[in-house]
Amino acid sequence: MLSVALGKRRDGFTLQVAFDAPTPGVVALFGRSGCGKSTTIDLIAGLLAPDQGHVRLDDVTLLDTRAKRSVRAERRRIGYVFQDSRLFPHFNVAGNLRYGQKRARGVEQRIGFDEVVSLLGLASLLTRRPGQLSGGERQRVALGRALLSQPRLLLLDEPLASLDVARREEVLPYLEALRDRLSIPIVYVSHQFDEVLRLATHVVLLDAGRVVAQGSPGEVSLRPELRAIVGPEAVGAVLDGVITAFDPARSFAELRLGHGTLCMSARNVAVGASVRVQLLARDVILATQPPHSLSVRNSIEGRIIEIADDEDGAKLVRVDIGGDIVLARITTEAVEALGLQSGSAVWVLIKAISMRGHTFISPATSPAS
Amino acid sequence: MPYALSPAEIDALELSLEVATRSVLWSLPLAVLAAWLLTRARFPGRTLFDAFVHLPLVLPPVAVGYVLLLLFGLRGPLGSWLYEHLGIELAFSTGGAALATAVMTFPLMVRAIRIALENVDRGLEAAARTLGAGPIDRFATITLPLMLPGILAGTVTAFSAALGEFGAVITFVSNIPGETRTLPLALYTAIQSPDGNAMAARLAVLSFALGLSGLLFAEVLARYMRRRLGR
Repeated sequence: MLSVALGKRRDGFTLQVAFDAPTPGVVALFGRSGCGKSTTIDLIAGLLAPDQGHVRLDDVTLLDTRAKRSVRAERRRIGYVFQDSRLFPHFNVAGNLRYGQKRARGVEQRIGFDEVVSLLGLASLLTRRPGQLSGGERQRVALGRALLSQPRLLLLDEPLASLDVARREEVLPYLEALRDRLSIPIVYVSHQFDEVLRLATHVVLLDAGRVVAQGSPGEVSLRPELRAIVGPEAVGAVLDGVITAFDPARSFAELRLGHGTLCMSARNVAVGASVRVQLLARDVILATQPPHSLSVRNSIEGRIIEIADDEDGAKLVRVDIGGDIVLARITTEAVEALGLQSGSAVWVLIKAISMRGHTFISPATSPAS
Repeated sequence: MPYALSPAEIDALELSLEVATRSVLWSLPLAVLAAWLLTRARFPGRTLFDAFVHLPLVLPPVAVGYVLLLLFGLRGPLGSWLYEHLGIELAFSTGGAALATAVMTFPLMVRAIRIALENVDRGLEAAARTLGAGPIDRFATITLPLMLPGILAGTVTAFSAALGEFGAVITFVSNIPGETRTLPLALYTAIQSPDGNAMAARLAVLSFALGLSGLLFAEVLARYMRRRLGR
């Protein structure tokens, strides 16, 4: 368990953040720029001192202002990957990688140099200087440098923010590998919800220095506070499931959810893989009768829980499909024409093609751990 | 051979190099400390300290030499203490010339080192901290190496200036051949003597060449170091 509670007042900005997240796992701190995400992890790392609060990781107390205990940053063994990588320009890549490793001699070596080099694909870069690296390579080296300091916790401050889309896609798989293969808890700061979707096992939503919602990605995806940050177009239920069938010839897979089953188009998934999908509310169609002769592959019977006002005269409808909950964004006109109300039975139509899945082996669900 | 240096001129050249070397070696650690205090530390009287460090730039060198004479002369409070306890005699000695030169070139050195320190990305120090490096470790492995171009450039510039220090030296330690008669003092002496024209010309050319090559060397060094650091 990572338990964080921090208060800090600075230059007219008040930060008051508290969350408890299961470990190991990836906690995503998500919010707009300037909401206090970076300040929060600087406080966790010990680079800033809070006015009050505590940071506890499993049975280790790193900070407790009430007990007047604060482990110095250099002794916290918290790896930090900065947005701007901050590689040391006077060392080559190998020198950068070994900087933290040399200073972690006294502690148990959970990950070795060769392992990091192969995990992050750094073998061809070792003798290069930071100035000769691309942005994506730099972030991979920064990641490796932090890992080799044998951290008990890894902080990633928007590690992909300074990269273009292609470079982000280059680095993301390494972050996924990190999450799935090492059991180091990670705090991941981001203002891109798709990154959070791909990586997080626990989401903490921040707004103006406060936690407005937290929970599993599935839980948070249903919260109105998220819509306020990502906008109505990006709202949609997030569902975790396991692939039960896959037809590679037709790129078609079946995803078993907690209760029902969804059909989705997919490439390169394995039966048994954990997959997370987001069903964008604007892509979900509601019907009051079972549909016939439609191309749509998923039609699931459900019951409306709530109809809320959304922006631009639209309604956001929350539907229970046998235990899982999905969101549908439809016009007010449609709600009235179909006579929808709370408790109505509906059929939820979801195009298999509109679902994008992320292969996901969260430590909590992985059979290996 | 009007172009060859006479033994007295070679003496003056060697003495200048010795005085400059000693003054730079003595003031370098203090200059790094002063630059660090002025850049990173917050303490009462910092502005006054800043002004004090830079004072030799604006004071008449003769005044600096006079103050040194009052403080470090054999009857001065510091001079008598040094002589009684350590047997060090600064007045009218090469060591005294080095001290006067060090005081005069100190602001030059502090300025260069301070700019270098200000240019060190503190984010890199924070990164080193998260990787387990304590304050001294960080300074030695991150801050100091990144300051090195500035430190070297400052040292070479101060060394070049030290070769030419005149007023403070002649006031504090006088003009003793082989002991305190450095290049500029020898040049001054040559100008004062009726048959010293050729000697004065040679010494002037020598000073000019030394100063120019020192400044060029500082610039080349700084460029090379910056390239090595990939910036």
